[in-house]
Order: sequence, then structure tokens, then C-alpha cells
Amino acid sequence: MLQAILIQTVNGIVTGMILALVASGLTLIFGIMDVVNFAHGELFMLGAYVGVLTLAATGDFWLALVAATLLIALLGAAIYLTTLRPLLGRDPLTTILATFGISLVLQNYALWQFGPVARKIQEPFTGQFTLFYLSYPWYRLVIAGLSAAIIGALWLFLKFGTFGIWIRATTQDRLMAQAMGIPVPWVLTAVFAIGSGMAAASGVLFGPLVGVNHAMGLDWILKAFIVVVVGGMGSLGGSIAASIFVSLLEAYAALWVSPAQAVIVSFVVLILTLLFRPTGLFVPTVR
Amino acid sequence: MRDRRHAVLFWTGFAVILALLAVAPLVLPEFWRRFLTEILIWGLLAMSSDILIGYTGLVSFGHSAFFGLGMYGAAAALLATRPPSLWLALLCGLLAAAAVAAFVAYFSTRLRDIYFAITTLIFSQIFYVVIFTWTDVTGGENGLTFRRPPLAIPGLFSMPFTATSLHWFVLAVVAGSYLVLRRITQSPFGMVLQSIRENEARTRAIGYAVERYKIVAVMISGLFAGLAGVLYACQNQFAAPDFVFFLVSGEVVIYNVMGGIGTLVGPFVGAAFFLLLREGLSRFFTEFYLIPVGFIFIAMVIFMPQGVLGFARRWLNR
Repeated sequence: MLQAILIQTVNGIVTGMILALVASGLTLIFGIMDVVNFAHGELFMLGAYVGVLTLAATGDFWLALVAATLLIALLGAAIYLTTLRPLLGRDPLTTILATFGISLVLQNYALWQFGPVARKIQEPFTGQFTLFYLSYPWYRLVIAGLSAAIIGALWLFLKFGTFGIWIRATTQDRLMAQAMGIPVPWVLTAVFAIGSGMAAASGVLFGPLVGVNHAMGLDWILKAFIVVVVGGMGSLGGSIAASIFVSLLEAYAALWVSPAQAVIVSFVVLILTLLFRPTGLFVPTVR
Repeated sequence: MRDRRHAVLFWTGFAVILALLAVAPLVLPEFWRRFLTEILIWGLLAMSSDILIGYTGLVSFGHSAFFGLGMYGAAAALLATRPPSLWLALLCGLLAAAAVAAFVAYFSTRLRDIYFAITTLIFSQIFYVVIFTWTDVTGGENGLTFRRPPLAIPGLFSMPFTATSLHWFVLAVVAGSYLVLRRITQSPFGMVLQSIRENEARTRAIGYAVERYKIVAVMISGLFAGLAGVLYACQNQFAAPDFVFFLVSGEVVIYNVMGGIGTLVGPFVGAAFFLLLREGLSRFFTEFYLIPVGFIFIAMVIFMPQGVLGFARRWLNR
């Protein structure tokens, strides 16, 4: 029993890291642009599909990862310029509606283009090591490490990169940033592209664990929404902590009930958060 | 003087449309008759969500929960009693929807704007997961099938529904609901809701208990959504988890935006427009009709935020 719990701990952290990668893109876009990106899950899914296609063409997993990230980042920029820029300055609720429309289009496009049968991404290496009584694939640990590395890189970029500082300045005061000569329209486009690219990267990384199909984005967008609310909206650190917290709880719950029902645990966490700390669990209380 | 002219205009318009809808099943072929009945039911669902989206300014992405629970509540009543009773089904469906609405309202009205939209979405998914996995009671993925109850008043008469009389029954319920909802939006209570939409802080400062008004608004909205669910259960004789899925909620939001929020009639027209669009487009795009619908929807969000009927709003809802 103890060993099962330990294995679920590792599993929970691995899923938690991928979720954190998805959610931090969502948080970044929300925190900076006030856009709730309903299409985030679809970008995740399309990223996985680009990964499948590149992998089939070249056979190189890492190339597929880079290609998916760049291509979906470009798609994100195109989506931003065509549909979200015209909504700038309107009620943030309209962005939910517009991105919901985008998600409908993208999801059905994927169904049309790739069909309902799930595709498989071959993991780049298949080595395993013994974790207690189970042989545990190395690949899972590598995903967790890579996700952490990408999030860490994002953090460093925001903290020290010139462009990152522009992004943070835009978050604090868009008008003032513009007055100081920061090209705000470009910053916003770039942020949407970066968030989209992160979603695509997590799609490719997660692809080998389950099949890739057109509806896979939905589970993730819901989980990411939960995590973003539980972690405190717009807080990067909060959503990472919440990702791992929620994934661990779900992993433990899966010891007793089926994985489909384990989702209810994260719903309960959300309800309790709304009841007692509606600003988010991992946000320091402002006095 | 102008008010009276408007009232006369409104009631004549209402009577003409009601008469047209009542005569329609007698002349339309079978397929379009069913189609019209469905439009009425989805239109009721769209109107119920307009109370929140258009009048209170709370975008609900969770209306499928109320609709679905109304449907399952009716299903439970129809399966448990023999012979099935229409009125019991109505009562159970409404009770189920009201219970869910109370639950959702209690938690989600603590939040505003985007947060409200996201939490209602997640709440509807909770009910979806529960219904989908609780196979013993809800039939799981396969849902429940049952027989249509007869139209009966105990002690007076009882007759089985024909396609035409079912249409009339649905029409009567929907038309009655429209008048009730319209009355609600014009009442002092409805005025407070609209003032919450325009400026929540100021409404609170005047002394209204904003939270309580929001909770009641969600419950009214959920109750009418549940009513639509009961009607849908009677029409199609099955309940399936697909109807609790959030895609239905998304479609309801589309109805609202397409038709024009805050007009009651607008979302109704939006539902009819959407269903016709789906019918027409699925001839060319088969099941991928949502691709062009999505594009049209995005374009309407950007270029036509008032919806098809938005411009006629004052004229229709005075």
C-alpha cells in the first residue's frame, strides 16, 4: 500500500508538471491581456497533432517538439491578430466568446482532418527503471524535468530578458508602458504566441502517454481552468503549485476510485477554494 | 399614449406569431413539425439563460446542468411511476433543476465576470461526470429511455399525445414562460438585475443585497432551463449525458449572442437561426457544420455584438 502511494506520488507530480505547463500559458495570457483563452486546449491538441505529423515525416521526436511549438506559436499570433486584437478594450467576457468560437472551429477542423481514431506518438526512448515493484518508464520523469525547465526558462525570461521586462511592464500598466515607448501591440501578440507555443509543447510531450485525438484538449482546458482559479488567477507561481497539488490529490484518489471519478476530487478542491479563499489558495492574503 | 400604442402593437404581434406557430403543425410535413417543436424548446432554454447573460450580466457557461437535470428528473419520475404522469414528471424535473440551481447559485454568485463563467462551466462538468459515471441510476453513457406520458388531468380526461397536440402543449408552455419571463424582467426585481449589470458597486451602495438578487436570478434562470429539459424529455423520450455536456451550454451562449442578448426574443430567434443554420450547413459539411458556424459566431462577436435583433431591442421589449 505504501508503495502504491509512493508510485502515485511520482505519477501525480509528472501529470502536475504537464498541467503546470498548460496552465502557466493560460495564466500568462490572462494575467497580461485579460483574455480567457478558451481555445487553449485546442492549441494543446493541435500541437500534439503537428508533433504526430512531424514525427511521421522525420522520425525525430525533438524536431517534432520544436516544430510543433513554433508552428502553433505562429498560429497563436495569427489568431490573436485576426480575432482578439479587434476586441481590445471591450469587456473581457467577449474574449471568452470569441475564443470559444475558435475552439469550436479548431476542434472540428482536427476531427475533419485527422478523423476520430486516436494517433500515437512514439516516445523518444523507451528505457525503464525499477520503482519498487513496478518498472517505471524514464520518459515520464524526463517530461516532468522538461516541463520544469520550460517553466523555469519562462520565469528567467520574464525576470531578466528585455522583452520579459516589457511584458511585465505591460501587465502593470498598459498605457504607461506605451508612453515609455514599449511596443505594446507587439508585446501582446508575442505573449499570446508564447502561451500557444507552451500549450503545443505540452501537447507533444504528453502525446506518448495517451493517444492523440481531437477531443483531448477539453479535459486539459477544464483542469487548467480549475488550477488557474484554485491557484489565483493571473499568478504564475500559484497555478504551478495548484497544478501539482490538484494532480497529486487526483492520483491518490485514483487508488480507490476509477480515474473518471477521481476528477471529482479536483472539483471538490475548487468548491472549497471558492468557499474559503475565493482569491486563490496559493496567493498571499492582501491586507 | 405611446405606451398604449406599444402595448397594442406588442399584443397583436404576440397573437399573430402565436397563431402562426399554432397553425404550423397542421400544414407542415412531419420533419419540419418536429423541427419547429425543437426550436420552441431550445428557444425556451435560450430565453432562460438570457435572464443571466442579458439582464444580470452574468455569462453562464453551465446551463446544460439545469437543462440536463430537468431532463433526468423527468426521466426518473416517468420511470418510477406507472402509468407515467406528465405533471409528476414536470414537478420532479423542476425540483431537480431547482436543487442544482440553488447549489450552483450559492457558490458561483460569489464571483463575477470571467470567474462566474468559468465556475458555472466547471459545475456543469461536475454534474456531467456524476451522471456519466453513476451507471446504476442514470444509465451512464447510454442514458435512459422511457415512454411519453399521456396528456391528462386526473379525474377529467386522459389522452395520448399526438405529434400535433405535443406541439401545442410545448407551444403553450413556452408562450406562458415567455410572458412570465417578460413580466419578471419588467418588474422592480428585473430592474434591480439590470442595474447590477450596469453598475454593481452602485447598486450595492444604494442598499440592494446584490448577492441575494443574483442567487434568485440564477435560480429563476435554472428553473426555466429545467422546464425546457422536461419538455425535451417528453418530446424525445430519452435522457442522455450528452445534454449535460458543456457543449450544450456553449450552444446556448451562441444562441444568445447570435440573436442579441437582453431582449428575450433575441435568444429565441438566435436559437431558430442556429438550428436552421445547422440544418442547412450540415447538408454541405455533414457533421463538421460547427466549422462554418464557429466562423460566423466569431464574426458576430466582433462585428455585431448586439446580435440580429439587438437593433430592434427597444421596440420589442418596451
